[in-house]
Amino acid sequence: MINLQNLSARRIVPVVAAVVSATCLTGADWLQFRGNDVSGVSALSEIPATWSDTENIAWKVDLPGRGLSGAIVIGDQVVVTASSGFRQDRLHVLSFDRTSGKKVWERQFWATGRTMTHPKMCVATPTPASDGERIFAFYSSNDVVCLDLDGNLLWLRGLTHDFPNASNSLGMSSSPIVIGDTLIVQVENDAESFATGLDTSTGKARWKKARPKKANWTSPTVWQNRDSEPLALLQSSAGVEAVDPRTGETQWKFEDGASTIPSSVVTTDSLLVPSNGLTALRPGENKGDDAKSPEVLWNDNRLGPGTSSPIVVDGKVFVVNRAGVLQAADVTTGSILWKVRLKGPFSATPVAAGKQLIFFNEEGGAQVVDISGAEGEIVGENTVGETILSTPAISDNEMFVRSDGHLWKIAK
Amino acid sequence: MPIYRCSFAAVIAFSMIASLSAADLSSQIAAIRKVSREGQGNEAAAAAVRNLSNAAASDLLQILGGFEKASPLAANYLRNSVETIADRHLAAGKPLPVKQLETFVQERTNDPRARRLAYEVLAKVDSTIGDRLIPAMLLDPSPEFRRDAVQRLVAEAESLGKDSADKAKQVYRQALTGATDSDLAKKISESLKKLGDEVDLVSHFGFLTDWRIVGPFDNHDFVGFDTAYAPEEELDFAAKLKAKEGEVSWGEITTSDEFGIVDIAKSVAPHKGAVMYLATFYEAAADRNVEFRFGTPNAWKLWVNGEFLFGRDEYHRGMAIDQYRVPAKLKAGKNVILLKLCQNEQTDDWAQRYQIQIRVCDPSGVAVLPVKSKSRTTSDARPQKNQPQRLTAQAEGASE
Repeated sequence: MINLQNLSARRIVPVVAAVVSATCLTGADWLQFRGNDVSGVSALSEIPATWSDTENIAWKVDLPGRGLSGAIVIGDQVVVTASSGFRQDRLHVLSFDRTSGKKVWERQFWATGRTMTHPKMCVATPTPASDGERIFAFYSSNDVVCLDLDGNLLWLRGLTHDFPNASNSLGMSSSPIVIGDTLIVQVENDAESFATGLDTSTGKARWKKARPKKANWTSPTVWQNRDSEPLALLQSSAGVEAVDPRTGETQWKFEDGASTIPSSVVTTDSLLVPSNGLTALRPGENKGDDAKSPEVLWNDNRLGPGTSSPIVVDGKVFVVNRAGVLQAADVTTGSILWKVRLKGPFSATPVAAGKQLIFFNEEGGAQVVDISGAEGEIVGENTVGETILSTPAISDNEMFVRSDGHLWKIAK
Repeated sequence: MPIYRCSFAAVIAFSMIASLSAADLSSQIAAIRKVSREGQGNEAAAAAVRNLSNAAASDLLQILGGFEKASPLAANYLRNSVETIADRHLAAGKPLPVKQLETFVQERTNDPRARRLAYEVLAKVDSTIGDRLIPAMLLDPSPEFRRDAVQRLVAEAESLGKDSADKAKQVYRQALTGATDSDLAKKISESLKKLGDEVDLVSHFGFLTDWRIVGPFDNHDFVGFDTAYAPEEELDFAAKLKAKEGEVSWGEITTSDEFGIVDIAKSVAPHKGAVMYLATFYEAAADRNVEFRFGTPNAWKLWVNGEFLFGRDEYHRGMAIDQYRVPAKLKAGKNVILLKLCQNEQTDDWAQRYQIQIRVCDPSGVAVLPVKSKSRTTSDARPQKNQPQRLTAQAEGASE
């Protein structure tokens, strides 16, 4: 049975029912970076605005290694990745019981690709993904590990092992997503840059296509026209390319450039791209040779996000700039509605629980912003006391966030 | 016959649990070992992992034996099998073949990855194993075991009081013999320096410090990386070569940097949009496999004895010791090493470095010094089967 609580009505079809095939999703899963529909929004969830060591922290568990990757939630399991060792070449996948926090299983692998990263990053930077019956763990070393929910290895790929120049000495962070029975992976860097669609059952490439030779840390997202199949959106310094997830064939392109750090976000009928600030696009209805370039609905260079990706809730887009200022704008017009200064800096992308946005800054401070009124209001300030660079996961009324050393469940 | 096979036979005889037949076990392991590039063999390997997940604890030894010369991909499949089997037995309160596993760990001719995995399985049931085994692993073929042993000695040295300076020096010196990770070697070197001892880290790591150099050739708009300039066609150190700014000749560059960094921007010129070639000779005592390990923020290509080995077209994304590892085969006698180092045209402050750090070592990271070196740095820490283990090995070809 599919619990719709975490899914916006429009996007359940493209991203879960069509995307996650033949699965049995129990509870309100959070299956990949920014959740099932890649929106970061859990519309019906209620997360406590305040918490402390003695209040609203259900459990806190140790992790064996570093990680900028976010947790994912699959039924009763909370899955995280980590990397450890002097060279960060030990790759971990861990499953915890969602209720108790007890470790259910842990599996380790050796990195087969290069593991050097900027000190702020680590090899476990991309958030894993799941189709509800498999876990796809991806690492900066470009190793892809597919496990069943019991931790049994189904397949693995060493994408740098196979394509030896595919790496970035600063580290890779793009989080893969699942569309149907294809895992979309971007391996984009200065030397050997590509995206690939891997068969979720075997790990073999359905397609592999060259991408701009420039370091890129953005993650793919999903677009679907009203009556068509979902498309994978691949962002890079060149812009955004929409590809058929099963064939990799390009359906349309936006070629006016885009950021290589924050990722695009989809609204009900447009795409908001971190490009020249923020640019709203309406992709055409046709595909292939008949496809029109996306219509530019608006652009505002004041809405350029910092590291965090933008998030859309109830017709508003929320963007945090490099100075830590949160701006709310109308997704239809781009008009800036209000601003609130937050305590940054931020690496994590915010998530939304109901009418609240939750921002974790790099010092581990969490600011909860109520967005139900005419102006944003900070209604909670908390800290976990450790560096947080990862994006939280929300499932039902529970939030999961991890540092290099710990994983927390925050819930009443 | 490898030790693990003997151990496996003993465990089979001992086991009370029905295991896969030896033939079945071998065929599953063989299926995993066939996994290769681009997902080839993934389905068969996954099926084998599924079949192995029901194997008996006694089967662990044979699976660990399957790591020998397994590819990195296959090793990860095998690792998952071992973890799955061990966890299942531990969760059910069933015993593991601890004696045989410990024997497997201690036999240095076994695959280092498999030995480390067996050790980690044992550590789940035996909290004393680190204290018992690690101190003897200072020169182990496994970098992870060596690191553990070095860390113990560093901690021991650090715990000694000021009135035990001589003892501390001795312990640090001992620790250094096994240190191939830069953080530990640096820490030891700095500690010894405070105690009045100097450490030759260049020899310790096997950095190449003396080069001939020529350039700059053109790399405007990145054209240089794929352009074969004269040194790639013929290595004639007496030749005058047409370059970016006119005719150039080969010169020399030597570094005295503690970590062997050859800094072209400082020692030659802060060229931009440039290609420089560096060449050196390496005298090997015998044919052998080595690794060239690099650190550089610049694009590069490497040739050994005229054979192109690898190149990387990336600029200013960071630099670290052992950033790149390039396997190579050296021949006995003189070997010619040619490097192409490219600088781009970025003007940012953080994009001005034009340097490289390169060393020659064995696959475990232990320096392999040329014949004429006088260093006592160890090498070939992994002993050959049926040969006595060397606790203080001499670098291959090194002379006193």
